[in-house]
Amino acid sequence: MAFLPLIWSNLKRKKLRTLLTVLSVIVAFILFGVLCSIRQALTGGVSMEGASRLIVRHKVSIIQLLPVSYKARMESLPGVASAVHQTWFGGFYQDRKYFFMQCPVVPEEFLDMHPEMLLPAEQKQAWLRTRSGAILGRATAARFHLKIGDRVPIQTPIWTKSDGSQTWEFDLVGIFDGKEKTDDTMSLFFHYDYFDEGRGFGKGQVGWYTIRVKDPGQAAAIAALVDKEFENSAYETKSEPEKAFVQGWIKQIGNIALMTAIILGAVFFTILLVTGNTMSQAVRERTGELGVLKAIGFTHRQVLLLVLGESCLIAALGGGLGLGLACLIVPALAKPLSTMLPMFFFPARDLLLGAGFCLVLGLATGLFPAWQAMRLRVADALRRM
Amino acid sequence: MNTNGTLVDVDGVEKVFRRGMEEIHVLRDLRLEVPAGQFLALMGPSGSGKSTLLNLIGGLDRPTRGTVTVAGERTDQLSELRLASWRARHIGFVFQLYNLLPVLTAERNVELPLLLTHLSRAQRKEHVATALGVVGLTHRAGHYPRTLSGGEQQRVGIARAIVADPTLLLCDEPTGDLDRKSGDEILDLLQALNRQHGKTIIMVTHDPHASARASRTVYLNKGQLSDQPLD
Repeated sequence: MAFLPLIWSNLKRKKLRTLLTVLSVIVAFILFGVLCSIRQALTGGVSMEGASRLIVRHKVSIIQLLPVSYKARMESLPGVASAVHQTWFGGFYQDRKYFFMQCPVVPEEFLDMHPEMLLPAEQKQAWLRTRSGAILGRATAARFHLKIGDRVPIQTPIWTKSDGSQTWEFDLVGIFDGKEKTDDTMSLFFHYDYFDEGRGFGKGQVGWYTIRVKDPGQAAAIAALVDKEFENSAYETKSEPEKAFVQGWIKQIGNIALMTAIILGAVFFTILLVTGNTMSQAVRERTGELGVLKAIGFTHRQVLLLVLGESCLIAALGGGLGLGLACLIVPALAKPLSTMLPMFFFPARDLLLGAGFCLVLGLATGLFPAWQAMRLRVADALRRM
Repeated sequence: MNTNGTLVDVDGVEKVFRRGMEEIHVLRDLRLEVPAGQFLALMGPSGSGKSTLLNLIGGLDRPTRGTVTVAGERTDQLSELRLASWRARHIGFVFQLYNLLPVLTAERNVELPLLLTHLSRAQRKEHVATALGVVGLTHRAGHYPRTLSGGEQQRVGIARAIVADPTLLLCDEPTGDLDRKSGDEILDLLQALNRQHGKTIIMVTHDPHASARASRTVYLNKGQLSDQPLD
């Protein structure tokens, strides 16, 4: 702590250079905050997941259907508590660009399987008794200003009705919330019976199953058991943890995590060069002064810490301000983006990750100049005053 | 310190620098004893090895051969780490070009050696005030080096050198960058430190006027010492 005023004074030596370096770090960390929020918005919306749930789909691909009769066979397997099915409806509301997930489900058992979906009791009852009823996530309801009692027409290029129409109409009877901020509140769910009766083809078939296992520790064994049960049938299955299944869906948009990592990697690499150059210059300019410090009695290690302290202070200042500003900017952006990206927020775990990056940046940019300063021979350095 | 009162004992020291394949013998079989409390002037032409000798005594460099003992410690045998802390305890350096840190005020510059001690902030402040008082610069404590004259900067340099109460003051041309008046003031100060505070001082100088203030003068020429000037 006694060295802090010395470190701070050194940073003030070239105020403009320090200011510009800190500004570039600030910009990098604001970008980090915004990109993490975008990734959260794109991947968080489909993160309904539970360690105790498995997804069972057709072995070939998700678009191949499975028989509805599989439900009873799965539930008869040891270790399986229950099984519910869903089917990809692939529709849109009003315009193709207004896309959100819709699935036909068996309401009661579906809600039992997903306790993270919060639906008021009276709305649940209304859904159970309304054959054409549907429930919609709060985010999408807000996006399209939909309310209970509205009639919601959904067009689907996949599921043509028996009468040749591609428009399905649903009565909105409930709006659900998620237990956690990251839970999906964008999808629409409606009665499987209503769907199965109305569709022109594929009757008695469903998209995939979600099964709840009795013991999450046995999930892998149960997945194998399920797949074995349907081995060599016309509809072989592939069972996997819900998270892996969800990630598979997200990958259809693109590998968001990889894209974010690449952009952030480029940004941080640039910042590494900018800050590293500033630090190297700062050390080169005061070789003589470092020699004086060593002559006075500063050890090599103390000189190394002084230089590292400077680079860490730059990173902490820039990173701290950048992350702080990101915390202010993201909520400000969230409002206008709420219709497109309802789950646009800066997750706490990414904030912590950012703090970690600050430290890494400080150490990485200071290490080489600090090492050079440490290796300086006093007599040589003093000649350069 | 030795039992006979010798503070600095340089014995059979050689210093060889290598420039490519060439070996340059800067100091040859050099012997020097400096008793505690002496004010020694070290004179000699440029390139005679004065600063090299000063660096060896101050533990900034190591001899190629021979021994350097200061305050009873064989400094040529100390590790880098121990040498640094030894310097902090025993040596105060005064440089020709003052070598103050431009980003620090006079008092912060003087405080630097105390950052390596366990003194509290208040204690450090007290020591700094005392050192600045000794060199007569209390009123300039908050000034940055660029706002001080050369003489004042050198006095800050001396305050920095004495603030941790070192055993030995090593001054490398302390008046070399000053006009006669300022130089005299610095020499007065060094003399006072020697006579009133008992500081042992080794001063490298070109200036006979400066060496006249010392209690003893030795001459270095072609890597060897003598008590008489050559030519």
